[in-house]
Amino acid sequence: MPEVRVVNLTKKFGNIVALDNVNLVIHDKEYFSLLGPSGCGKTTLLRLIAGLIEPDSGEIYIGGRRVDNVPPEDREIGFVFQTFALFPHMTVWENVNYGPRVKNFDLKAAGTIGHEVLELVKLHERLNAYPNELSGGMMQRIAVARALAAGAKTLLLDEPLGQLDAKVRNEIRYEMRRMAKDLNLTAIHVTHDQAEAMSISDRIAVMKKGKIVQVGTPQELYMKPNSLFVAYFIGESNFLEGSVMEVKDRELLIELRGGDKVKVLGEGLKKGERAVVAVRPEVFMTRQKTQSENVLKGVVEKISFEGTFVRYEIKLKSDDSLIVIRPSLTENWFDVGASITLSFEPEKAHVFPYPETSLAEELSV
Amino acid sequence: MSAKKPIKYAMYLAAVAVFFALILLPPIIGIFTKLSAIQEVLDQPALMQRALNAVVNSFAIALLVSALDVAAGVPLAWLITRGKSKWLNVLDTFADIPFIVPTAALGYSLLLFWNGPGGLSALFGGSLISTGWLLVALLHFTFSYPIVVRVFVGALLDYKREYEQASRTLGAAPLIAARTVTFPILKPALIAAFILSFARSLSETGATFIVAGLFENGPVFLQNMKNAYSSGLVSQATYEGATVFASLILIVTSLSIFALIRILGSRLRLPFNRVWPTMERKFSYSKATAARNTVTLLVFLVIVLLPSLFVALPAFQALFTDTFSAAISSSGVWVNYWQSLFISYLLGAIVTLIGFVVGLPMAILIARKKFGGAISTILDLLINVPLIVPSIALGVSLKFFWQNFAFIPEFILLIFAHLAITYPYIVRSISAAFERISIDIEDAARTLGAKPFAVFRTIMLPLTKYSILSGAIMVFTRSVSETGATLAVVTNLQTAPVVIVNWVRALQNPALNTNITPSVVGLGCGILIVFSFLILLLLRLVTKGKGRY
Repeated sequence: MPEVRVVNLTKKFGNIVALDNVNLVIHDKEYFSLLGPSGCGKTTLLRLIAGLIEPDSGEIYIGGRRVDNVPPEDREIGFVFQTFALFPHMTVWENVNYGPRVKNFDLKAAGTIGHEVLELVKLHERLNAYPNELSGGMMQRIAVARALAAGAKTLLLDEPLGQLDAKVRNEIRYEMRRMAKDLNLTAIHVTHDQAEAMSISDRIAVMKKGKIVQVGTPQELYMKPNSLFVAYFIGESNFLEGSVMEVKDRELLIELRGGDKVKVLGEGLKKGERAVVAVRPEVFMTRQKTQSENVLKGVVEKISFEGTFVRYEIKLKSDDSLIVIRPSLTENWFDVGASITLSFEPEKAHVFPYPETSLAEELSV
Repeated sequence: MSAKKPIKYAMYLAAVAVFFALILLPPIIGIFTKLSAIQEVLDQPALMQRALNAVVNSFAIALLVSALDVAAGVPLAWLITRGKSKWLNVLDTFADIPFIVPTAALGYSLLLFWNGPGGLSALFGGSLISTGWLLVALLHFTFSYPIVVRVFVGALLDYKREYEQASRTLGAAPLIAARTVTFPILKPALIAAFILSFARSLSETGATFIVAGLFENGPVFLQNMKNAYSSGLVSQATYEGATVFASLILIVTSLSIFALIRILGSRLRLPFNRVWPTMERKFSYSKATAARNTVTLLVFLVIVLLPSLFVALPAFQALFTDTFSAAISSSGVWVNYWQSLFISYLLGAIVTLIGFVVGLPMAILIARKKFGGAISTILDLLINVPLIVPSIALGVSLKFFWQNFAFIPEFILLIFAHLAITYPYIVRSISAAFERISIDIEDAARTLGAKPFAVFRTIMLPLTKYSILSGAIMVFTRSVSETGATLAVVTNLQTAPVVIVNWVRALQNPALNTNITPSVVGLGCGILIVFSFLILLLLRLVTKGKGRY
């Protein structure tokens, strides 16, 4: 069963540590994403799993078998490149049949598989076309079909949608997940697009500078980010700096930079310590009636209409700026210059210790 | 803007006119003005047969050698680009040596190594390989080898490795991946390498003449006829007839073959479309790879590099004899040598300069398709003609052409001949450099307000100067090394490689009773090689230096 496991994996390119002692388990039949900004090591990790590059240290297991000394052709994986890498001198059919041919499959059975996978990606009628006659979306589907025809049980996808138009990309990403699920494949999908990763993955590993920061389901990452970076990279967050005034069980009272006091839930912080409160833009309420705690006052500085939502940029008394998102059709809008009173529930915010370097450094990619 | 357009087009038209009038047509048309001379040969069946045999030998050797070069050079290119050792950089530099050493010196070096008493032959008590076709083939293999390596290293560096990686992840062993994916995609480079090696083998004259002995290929036959005529053995009519006859066949056949390769090459599928997964896997991994690399390196070291540099030994020994002081004080035969060296380098410099001036507009015209795509393609094909025609035949034809007009000093004729031979190199290196730079960059400069000439001066020239410079050094080297065309057009002037050829011939023919000794020839070659090394060093500095884009 193709469970993929990497243990203490490290890879350096010259002096640059591309991957720093990474441990990760991807379950059988899971649709898993490696998410992170460019240069975070996600493609390096994928290429190491595929055997396209060799690790400096560590172990890689696919389906329980240790493979770090196994050449890529014997790892029983399928790799879909960002540029698709369809062989330009072969037709669609020759591309799809390449795997069975070089793997010495029974050619009759291979022919059947070829037709099946082409049906699956709905490109059977283009079997005699050359890659340069196909659109980006078609090439992408052929690249997947080619990997499947070679008998891949683990699909490694390196930014497989990166070269496609926004519209096609949104359609194909669900198709990819459906296909992987229908065929009981383990899929590892590399992307820098958090919306893409969130919408199709069972679980996601968020990476930064060669390390895995957090692994979890899309909901876990969104609702319970374990770090400032994840709170910043997944979705959107406002970061408010302050220091801890009081600690009562899990309840913390934080005095913000401008003097406002807010109550949040969190652990591991001591009295007097510097802290950062992360609040998502949609968490703020604008009704100023009942709430007496966690109130912030400010002035609307900018407003932009985004269809479903209205986005406000609000300047607080402390001169900090906040982003607030409200539904556009079910509420009255605030005008630019209007005073506004915001509030949020303590359990909807996250609090983190102030990073050792600086906030900007911690969030830099 | 509209007022300046005609000036620009006039410049491009002038470049095309110069190309046709000076480079392309004289070496082709010249021979046809002398067609009537052929009658003389048709009346002498024995001579005609000898000429035909010589021409057939030329093509047979070129074919054999180019095929072997591709087979031996591609694995080295692979090792250089894919290997992990830092020594590969050194290897890469060494692979250029036989290209940069003037062929006349190379020929003498090989003669010493394979045939001479002090070389490898000493181990076998006699000549290991006597002069003749086998030594000619070895020589041609040696000087064409770097071309194949260079072309294929470039192709492998530009190659998108993802194709090969995709093939591996689909289950292909390395050997299968290379054979079914990489080589078919790089087929144009394989064909280019084959053509260049083929053309070089057809053209080479001086060194071939040194090692040929009684064997004749096209260029050697032409040179033998010339020598026979100048020593009064054959009449002028016979000499001209034989020369025109052999040159004509060489020109027509070589052009036809290259046309054929161009047409068939793109349709040709590489053989062995089948795969044998189980067997080929065995040849893909560590032991087989190590064995392949060992053989590749051995071939390179023993057949290419060592023989090429073997002349360094007598040259070094000569440093401690009278020969060295004679050379330094420029006495006796050395007067001639230093003079010829001066002529060679002066010629090289002039040709490079003129070539750059007339070649630059042509290169831009081709790269930027100024007169439309079709014309660019045609011009691109035509500039290769002088590369393809054997240079001695080109020289013969060129001389006949200019004879029809007026008396032109030999040095000017030499410039014309060398210009024709080197023109393809300069145009191709500049146009390739221009093609690599997106036209968007030029357009961006234009939208920022730069006039066309300012765009060229401030954007294109800085971006392409390294390619242009390395092209210029190649042209210079090629000119200094050229013997075929030189021998064909001159009677009195001597360039350095011609002097070497004459010296070796004097050595081989003791009856001539000259005071040329092996130590003199060795030192003469050694000096040429040292200069070549300096040029190679310069080339490396230029192409590896910072500021490459």
